[in-house]
Amino acid sequence: MPDLLIELFSEEIPARMQKRAAEDLQKLVTDGLVEAGLTYAGAAAFSTPRRLTLALDGLTSESKAVREERKGPKVGAPDKAIDGFLRGAGVARDDLEVRDDKKGQVYFAVIEKPGRMAADIVAEVLEKTIRNFPWPKSMRWGEGALKWVRPLHSILCILTDEAGAEVVPLDVDGIVSGNTTRGHRFMTPVAFSVVSFDDYEAKLKRAHVVLRADERAEAIWAEATNQAFALGLEVVEDRGLLAEVAGLVEWPVVLLGRIDDDFLGLPPEVLQTSMKEHQKFFSVKNPKTGRIERFVTVANMETADNGATILAGNQKVLSARLADAKFFWENDLRVAKADAGNGMKPWFDKLRDVTFHNKLGTQAEFINRMAVLAREIAPSIGADPDAAEQAALVAKVDLASEMVYEFPELQGVMGRYYLKAARYSDSVADASRDHYAPLGPSDDVPTAPVSVAVSLAEKIDKLTGFWAIDEKPTGSKDPFALRRAALGVIRLVHSNDFQLSLIGYFEKAFERHLAVPDYDGLPEPDLSDMLDRSIEAKAKLEQAKVDAENMVATAKAASKRFEDMQSIKSADARKTAAVGLISFFHDRLKVFLKDKGIRHDIIDACIAMPGNDDLTLLVKRAEALAATLATDDGENLIQGFKRANNILTQAEEADGVEYSYGAELKYAEEPAEKALFAALDAADAKIAPAMQAEDFSTAMTAMAALRGPIDAFFTDVQVNAESALLRRNRLNLLSRIRNICLSVADLTKIEG
Amino acid sequence: MPEKPRSFQEIILRLQTYWASKGCAILQPYDMEVGAGTFHPATTLRALGTKPWAAAYVQPSRRPTDGRYGENPNRLQHYYQYQVIIKPSPPDLQELYLGSLEAIGIDASLHDIRFVEDDWESPTLGAWGLGWEVWCDGMEVSQFTYFQQVGGHDCKPVSGELTYGLERLAIYILGVDHVMDMPFNDPQTPIPLTYGDIFKQTEQEYARWNFDVADTAVLLQHFEDAEAECQRILDMPAEDPKKDMKIIMAHPAYDQCIKASHVFNLLDARGVISVTERQAYIGRVRALAKACADAFVQTDAGGAAA
Repeated sequence: MPDLLIELFSEEIPARMQKRAAEDLQKLVTDGLVEAGLTYAGAAAFSTPRRLTLALDGLTSESKAVREERKGPKVGAPDKAIDGFLRGAGVARDDLEVRDDKKGQVYFAVIEKPGRMAADIVAEVLEKTIRNFPWPKSMRWGEGALKWVRPLHSILCILTDEAGAEVVPLDVDGIVSGNTTRGHRFMTPVAFSVVSFDDYEAKLKRAHVVLRADERAEAIWAEATNQAFALGLEVVEDRGLLAEVAGLVEWPVVLLGRIDDDFLGLPPEVLQTSMKEHQKFFSVKNPKTGRIERFVTVANMETADNGATILAGNQKVLSARLADAKFFWENDLRVAKADAGNGMKPWFDKLRDVTFHNKLGTQAEFINRMAVLAREIAPSIGADPDAAEQAALVAKVDLASEMVYEFPELQGVMGRYYLKAARYSDSVADASRDHYAPLGPSDDVPTAPVSVAVSLAEKIDKLTGFWAIDEKPTGSKDPFALRRAALGVIRLVHSNDFQLSLIGYFEKAFERHLAVPDYDGLPEPDLSDMLDRSIEAKAKLEQAKVDAENMVATAKAASKRFEDMQSIKSADARKTAAVGLISFFHDRLKVFLKDKGIRHDIIDACIAMPGNDDLTLLVKRAEALAATLATDDGENLIQGFKRANNILTQAEEADGVEYSYGAELKYAEEPAEKALFAALDAADAKIAPAMQAEDFSTAMTAMAALRGPIDAFFTDVQVNAESALLRRNRLNLLSRIRNICLSVADLTKIEG
Repeated sequence: MPEKPRSFQEIILRLQTYWASKGCAILQPYDMEVGAGTFHPATTLRALGTKPWAAAYVQPSRRPTDGRYGENPNRLQHYYQYQVIIKPSPPDLQELYLGSLEAIGIDASLHDIRFVEDDWESPTLGAWGLGWEVWCDGMEVSQFTYFQQVGGHDCKPVSGELTYGLERLAIYILGVDHVMDMPFNDPQTPIPLTYGDIFKQTEQEYARWNFDVADTAVLLQHFEDAEAECQRILDMPAEDPKKDMKIIMAHPAYDQCIKASHVFNLLDARGVISVTERQAYIGRVRALAKACADAFVQTDAGGAAA
């Protein structure tokens, strides 16, 4: 049982592609080998910046011979049919056998595949793998036609058994397989041969290459945290960066450097982002001050000066980068402070020129709509309407700042700093930072009322907008992240326990999408000195012309936009669209509640009830119902309810009447029947006020308490009595069961 | 290991000597305003077709929007690129490149040199390639690209292109903090000149002109003219009636394409091109570049069968 070792050695593979490439190599090769009739005991794939490696152990040394018989067309069938059969079976006409079949003579093909040596199969599979490798982007080089992620230099491919290692012969466009590889590009750039995977890994390590990416990552993290710890500092964890950096080095050398004092006043998020994005540095924090004071860089070299030159160079580059960041920060602060709470006008004006979506207008229009909506929502969630509106108007102005232009991922974070500098209240400033949240399903949800109002407004305007222009998510396509936005709304109202009827807000939001943007704030054409022939006057006139053209263009664009909004033109259409959007939310809600262990039929039972656009109420109802159904009483009550409902429905259909009134106690004969009357009266007395108070668990507990009396009723009492009077009275009694249960949730939707 | 260079020009001279020793034809800068060394016809056009090619040159490059009145430590509206282009790309191009770093005083055993993914694309040239930015101790010192397409044509064979940002590289090697303080010639000579002695004033002059003074109406007209002339040149029949032979004027047409591209950069710096117009202008320049590439591959130098 030989072991197989493959290494594809190339120029530097992009870090982000390495892990996937190692997995693809493993899959393509093992699938190919198995398909060709080989088996193996174990497989492992590895990657470094310059190599993809696959090790298989316990490979069978040859594939078994295979004999297959295939039945073909009848003798005398048209040539076309016979030729087709020959093509499929891969045999010549002369090779066909004629055999007797029930219906006459039939051709048979006997396909014999002799067993093949593992080396032959490996060579074939590996060549095919290399030629068809699924790189996200690949290239040609030199005069060749072969494609690889970067030029491929060598192929190591050996089979090792007790007798020793043998090269699997292979020639891919002139790259001939062998048993050699190379060490670290600078530290040990020599070629050496290997005889097995263990030998390979050990020799690579001696040649300053750590083969395993996770081993490199662990070494980096251990060394970085150690060095930081020795100074009483801690490394800010960043798994994504760690994986990337581990893919940029074959021999990680961790160096801890100092950030120039000039830059320690920058917000920590700026330091962290700039260092990570541009330099791939880790941030090192002083736990006492909370400030980021140092950085960790990972070199690919051990040097005679212990990295002093490398560190000095990196420090210098960082200073230049941070000087840029500081320049942006100071420029932005100047704008923010000068504004001093005046709507952040210089930035807001810039957003008039930034397109949000070509059918939904500019960022500024989006913001204006958000602000109206935030004000509308505010009272129902205990936020001050003025603050909510103001916060919405400035929450996104940082998009026009220099810092966010350079580092888009700092949107909101910078907004908060700049709004504070412009002396906005903390709650307004915080809303800028928080209103994007929650993005992921595990993100924290904002709780401050103003932040929640802005966050809801942002998401609802976006959802209604894309609904209006019919850009709904389909299948796996959701380019505007609308599912995420809907889930965000659900989490915002649910975790804050806010009760909102969404339909009304949706309808008003739809109306706003039809409104022509207002021109407040667009510069007034200044025509005061038209007769003045000075250069300034000429420039002003030019500007006025441009402004006027812009206005016309905006108005034209807006009116054109509305043509695409047929689905929300009339009030009725808006109502329908809003209901459609609510059911999109319900779908999201099912996913959300499924993760909380609530079945979809329970949610359906609750969605069928009135007020289903109040998501918090809906969740409460579903939670209470789920809890009730989890009890023995609850589960059995469903059976009782269904039985009552079935009997009643059948009787109503048969008799053509509705048994909905007037079950009278005086006609009750059996004790169980009387007991049910009493139980229903008692339940009624509890359930109606509890439902009024939206106290679902009390209502449902009361409902579940009916289980005993209902069960007893069905055991002791025959509904279809001889006496028509008794029968009618009992059917009317069943109707009471149905009504009481349906007042809590639509139990007909419950499965089982 | 050679001694460290002492001036900006010594770095350039060493690169010239090194690449000459590796068989490159040492060309002179192209005599037109370009945004990068790639625009030199020795790269753009010679990357096309089947004929082998190896050239290296310094290319003064202009990026009007990057002007900072000479105040920024390494941002300039006029700077130098060193460009190497070899077709087909040799298998040891990475080693050759590392040899050039050694030649200008970067000792690979003391520094951390890394090839970090960077895919190159020039929307105005209709060109793209894969490669890296090369980092030395965390600083980008070169672009390394295997051209895959130029002017909409697949590159067969593939050219390897190396571009060194000379000022930034030299600042690092010479250990100065501001480009204007960098010695241009040997500081020991009787008349030592810094980069600032030569370029500080011009950076101010051009920054003012680029940002505030250039006449946009005239520039717009230049753009239209260059575009029209490029098209007119290419529309001429291949046969020259006077010489009675085939003369396809790919290079004169490409000059007009370069001109249009630079005028576009100037208009951009003047802030008169909106976001939506921007794409349209880039598309117009790309159309010219493609037409020039189409013409070049029909010429002898472009590998067309005679």
